[in-house]
Amino acid sequence: MTNHWADIQNADLVLIMGGNAAEAHPCGFKWVTEAKAHNKARLIVVDPRFNRSASVADLYAPIRTGTDIAFLGGLINYLLANDKIQHEYVRNYTDVSFVVKEGFAFEDGLFNGYDAAKRSYPDKSAWSYEIGADGYAVVDPSLSHPRCVFNLLKNHYSRYTPELVSSVCGTPQETMLKVWEAIAETSRPDKVMTIMYALGWTQHSVGSQMIRTGAMVQLLLGNIGMPGGGMNALRGHSNIQGLTDLGLLSNLLPGYLTLPGDGEQDYAAYIAKRTQKPLRPGQLSYWQNYEKFHVSLMKAWYGKSATVENNWAYDWLPKLDAPGAGYDVLKVFDMMFQGQINGYFCQGFNPIAAFPNKAKVGAALARLKYLVIMDPLATDTSEFWRNAGEFNDVDTAAIQTTVFRLPTTCFAEEDGSLVNSGRWLQWHWKAAEPPGEARTDIAIMAGLFHRLRALYAKEGGAFPEPILNLDWPYLRPDDPAPDELAREFNGRALADVSDPASGAVLAKAGEQLAGFAQLRADGSTASGCWIFSGSWTQAGNQMARRDNADPYGMGQTLGWAWAWPANRRILYNRASADPSGQPWDPAKKRLVWWNGKAWAGTDVPDFKPDSAPQDGMSPFIMNPEGVARFFALDKMAEGPFPEHYEPFETPIGRNPLHGNVQAVSNPAARVFKNDLELFGKAEEFPFVATTYRLTEHFHYWTKHCRLAAITQPEQFVEIGEALARERGITAGDRVKVSSNRGFIKAVAVVTKRLRPLTVDGKTVHQVGIPIHWGFSGVAKNGFITNTLTPFVGDGNTQTPEFKSFLVNVEKV
Amino acid sequence: MASQDITARSATTTPMPQVRQVGEVAKLIDTSKCIGCKACQVACSEWNELRAEVGHNVGVYDNPNDLGADSWTLIRFAEYENPASGNLEWLIRKDGCMHCADPGCLKACPSPGAIVKYANGIVDFNQDKCIGCGYCISGCPFDVPRLSQKDHKAYKCTLCSDRVAVGLEPACVKTCPTGAIVFGSKQDMQMHAAERIEDLKERGFAQAGLYDPAGVGGTHVMYVLHHADQPSLYAGLPEAPAISPLVELWKGVTKPLALLAMGAAVLAGFFHYVRVGPNRVDEEPDPGEPTVHQVDPSVHVVDPNKQP
Amino acid sequence: MDMNRRQFFKVCGVGLGASSLAALGMAPPPAYAETIRHFKLANTRETRNTCPYCSVGCGLIMYSRGDGAKNVVQEIVHIEGDADHPVNRGTLCPKGAGLLDFVHSPNRLKYPEVREAGSNEWKRVSWDEALGRIATLMKADRDANFVTHNANGQTVNRWLSTGFLAASASSNEAGYITHKVVRSLGMLAFDNQARV
Repeated sequence: MTNHWADIQNADLVLIMGGNAAEAHPCGFKWVTEAKAHNKARLIVVDPRFNRSASVADLYAPIRTGTDIAFLGGLINYLLANDKIQHEYVRNYTDVSFVVKEGFAFEDGLFNGYDAAKRSYPDKSAWSYEIGADGYAVVDPSLSHPRCVFNLLKNHYSRYTPELVSSVCGTPQETMLKVWEAIAETSRPDKVMTIMYALGWTQHSVGSQMIRTGAMVQLLLGNIGMPGGGMNALRGHSNIQGLTDLGLLSNLLPGYLTLPGDGEQDYAAYIAKRTQKPLRPGQLSYWQNYEKFHVSLMKAWYGKSATVENNWAYDWLPKLDAPGAGYDVLKVFDMMFQGQINGYFCQGFNPIAAFPNKAKVGAALARLKYLVIMDPLATDTSEFWRNAGEFNDVDTAAIQTTVFRLPTTCFAEEDGSLVNSGRWLQWHWKAAEPPGEARTDIAIMAGLFHRLRALYAKEGGAFPEPILNLDWPYLRPDDPAPDELAREFNGRALADVSDPASGAVLAKAGEQLAGFAQLRADGSTASGCWIFSGSWTQAGNQMARRDNADPYGMGQTLGWAWAWPANRRILYNRASADPSGQPWDPAKKRLVWWNGKAWAGTDVPDFKPDSAPQDGMSPFIMNPEGVARFFALDKMAEGPFPEHYEPFETPIGRNPLHGNVQAVSNPAARVFKNDLELFGKAEEFPFVATTYRLTEHFHYWTKHCRLAAITQPEQFVEIGEALARERGITAGDRVKVSSNRGFIKAVAVVTKRLRPLTVDGKTVHQVGIPIHWGFSGVAKNGFITNTLTPFVGDGNTQTPEFKSFLVNVEKV
Repeated sequence: MASQDITARSATTTPMPQVRQVGEVAKLIDTSKCIGCKACQVACSEWNELRAEVGHNVGVYDNPNDLGADSWTLIRFAEYENPASGNLEWLIRKDGCMHCADPGCLKACPSPGAIVKYANGIVDFNQDKCIGCGYCISGCPFDVPRLSQKDHKAYKCTLCSDRVAVGLEPACVKTCPTGAIVFGSKQDMQMHAAERIEDLKERGFAQAGLYDPAGVGGTHVMYVLHHADQPSLYAGLPEAPAISPLVELWKGVTKPLALLAMGAAVLAGFFHYVRVGPNRVDEEPDPGEPTVHQVDPSVHVVDPNKQP
Repeated sequence: MDMNRRQFFKVCGVGLGASSLAALGMAPPPAYAETIRHFKLANTRETRNTCPYCSVGCGLIMYSRGDGAKNVVQEIVHIEGDADHPVNRGTLCPKGAGLLDFVHSPNRLKYPEVREAGSNEWKRVSWDEALGRIATLMKADRDANFVTHNANGQTVNRWLSTGFLAASASSNEAGYITHKVVRSLGMLAFDNQARV
């Protein structure tokens, strides 16, 4: 989230789209009901299903799953055509005036530089700004240059007319215009909309671009950085934010530092590429500090063994040869399916239930030599080899995988911190011993590492240096304490750290650092995750703070826990003030302001604290240009502007925006050949399906919990009354839902809440399929919903397209 | 525990304490804020140490499918196409004991002290004294109490009298994520409801109102409804609940009959016979659907809300 | 009113019984809250925690039996929302309200186990055996398949034939040490729930 849960109370309008906050995040959704009750806010829900969020909405609009870019692209067109934008904000805080290089083009559904054989854009060189003789990007404040971002944007979305959008999305035009009109009202500086989204946007082959389109709408309306505004990703797991922050992804290092690729053999070049100079005069370009963060990380990991001579152990980092997301789970499971993976660890993760195309995932697991499960619960994955009848019809004896199942503690049995969606690091305390012999994940990782280190010390082996030299200063090497690890990721001074200007010592050797501003690139500081620096300072554990005072009555509670970065609660909050440094809405939306000497306010300013407004520094300090981007440069796989592409399994078989057969679905998404063959066609699988969570359950955990099982005991699918009539199905019947990858059987819930849509002149029925059942648990056993889903991911993140695919439905 | 003074007690004629000035509490359920998440159901079962059987899905979201001796509150869902606006509305209501000011269950209960009403308005069942006759069910205009198949005693929501007694709100109130369930003095809840109704009217629900039915003397569980003119839209909330006429009649004949002193033991045996039938070693549980309503079919015949 | 003879008899009988009990002197004890269950949290120990499900990060209070004395095994008996917490303000959703049944789920794992190749059952093993066997398998695979240089002779130092999925509900501290260990081994097939 750019903002945070309690801040939603400051919204004037809430748009829930690509998420279902009432069901997936009920206690966060409370702040929507607060905004409604106390701020007269309106709630708009745009969703394929009339869900529990919609049940309390002021306005609900149905939409065909996978068409959100069309809906939002139409909205951008509407805002520009009706002049409903926050002009001053857009002109000063975004890239609208920047001139794009010659050669950039968009034609017939594709941007320039497409290579159909590679399914990608190998040459993105024209997707950038025109650079002037002074080394800075060229801008045209008059916005008259035909290649300035504003005109390119306008031109790109002029095709998204209400008629066309309605025909793509299936949203009745009248309802759609009502939604657009309400949203457009928040272009006023004193009206703010927040967007709440979740996996309903990420889990599409164009998911990242859906989110971008939402962010572009928010920029046009001047709602980013505002209290009650922002782009709020409602993360799905208690520490999915923290694990992302800590870089536990194929291509990342902690704090959004990135792993080098094969081509980056030279350490200096690796750093230089990531420390971009400002693209406009007077801008901060904060990533210029990259090396300080990187060296501090390597010092935290390799201690004395990371030296200036060995480039801070640069060669001990593995280098990535896979482009983009690297060895993401889809790629790894495809490799496993091809027999290229021998060992696999599932730490609190249940891939056979959580990944698409269960048949492929199960077959892949069966080709492993060893599988290690670390979990508090008996997961389906841990028993992928067990024949559970039609739920998991496998030949046990033929599966030669050795499976280890290691019991872990759960939250109640350990100390530690979690990062919530609002980026708050909150400490928690142990209340009881775990059952039996269960151990913490920390103890298990330490136990494994120690055994490996001992084996390498004794026997030698492949490239043992990083294993033998990993810094391991913990008092109990087999069971490091959570507070030791927390102190390590915060960081400490290895030598005295001084203020470069005054020479004053900021932190003495051995002391905890106060924040990432104290990190150094000379090896005198260690910090395992720079954005967490400040969480455990010399003053103690900031994550455990429990002062819930809210002096300004705006819900910022700066004394509660600790938020990254720098305890800042709302990102880009400099943009909540106008260019002169005063809040856009001094009455109700005061967040930070220039007090004549410094930036101050109700939140920690996201800005250089002493940079006066007249200095001209722009609010988006992480970008070298200082402003927010409508034009994504070369950062996105599909192109600089989001374009609507159909889901890979499309019910209409064409893209109504353009006739190009290469551009029906995301032209830059990676598709494995064996999966391409498994895409279904509308002739055989005529209905659009989408998968989701129910409020009563959490993924595949709560099927093990009696109280949750009571409230939603048995697997079901939701179908509309019209489809039920067509197929002779009544509520409570058992139905078989099939895709080209398999089938499930479940109870039919027949509802008025799913209605047929008219799309591209055709009637399209949508089917809703909750995910929570499997072949183990105290709830009634059932099929794994992901038996049905397609094995294809977003073009940038490789997040699977769980939200849109084709099925058939028959009465059993 | 002054707030827990008893002001009415089943089958009892002696006077109740009346000296202390105890305020009345109320739970207000705002259907317009309810998202049907069932946190109230779970918190209720967790607090009260109840675990219903893991049942089946019968084609709806309502699970368990009915109130039970181990499910004291339940979210009921209703899909309504509003003919005036053309909008679909998903009306969601938390069902459970209404804690009537004039409790039909208490009036119908023949066992002294098995049902009590506290000065704060809570109507509570005392299973120690329950004889399992099921008359509270026929006496209830909201069809709330249920007999347990395990111990043949009646159960329902206690309004968490154990929590309220120590100054805490009921478990369902505390947990409610959206603030759809709130708790306080009855007067404060009426005032809060008035604010909510104003908000709903401003959002186009002209008939928004408070459900606090006079037929049972008002209730200590009240609803804010978007359509207060049509309570039955909310999964059959009674339009004008009142105590069954049979229960009222019985109350009328009670006093003269009380003069006939009869042995308590005989009566206890009689009730046991009525409830369970003659003692037989080979007694089998009732075959068929194990619902409490079949324990004594005669109980239901007099329910004005059911078919005779 | 439709009332048959049997019902009438029964109603009269009920009235008779109840009334006569009172008349026989079985008046209630002083009217008092005799039925209220004892407040079950008296003398429990409170511990603060965070809900492990979604990312709202609701504050919890876990109530456990036992005062931490040497001879007592602490057991969590109730969990409810932390009223001080600025986001959830004491509330919990249905999943959070039922956390007690996660802590005490019958499907909690208690001991290290192994399922041998082709077998249809779990076998309980010691931690030492489990970790020792896993470490040996890892080393054998790493030593056999570690890539120090790619085809172009560039230094790459990666291990691709073993992968790791990290937990999205484990703490930062567990996540941090997991990352530290996994990268030191040279693994790239490394992801967490954020990917899906």
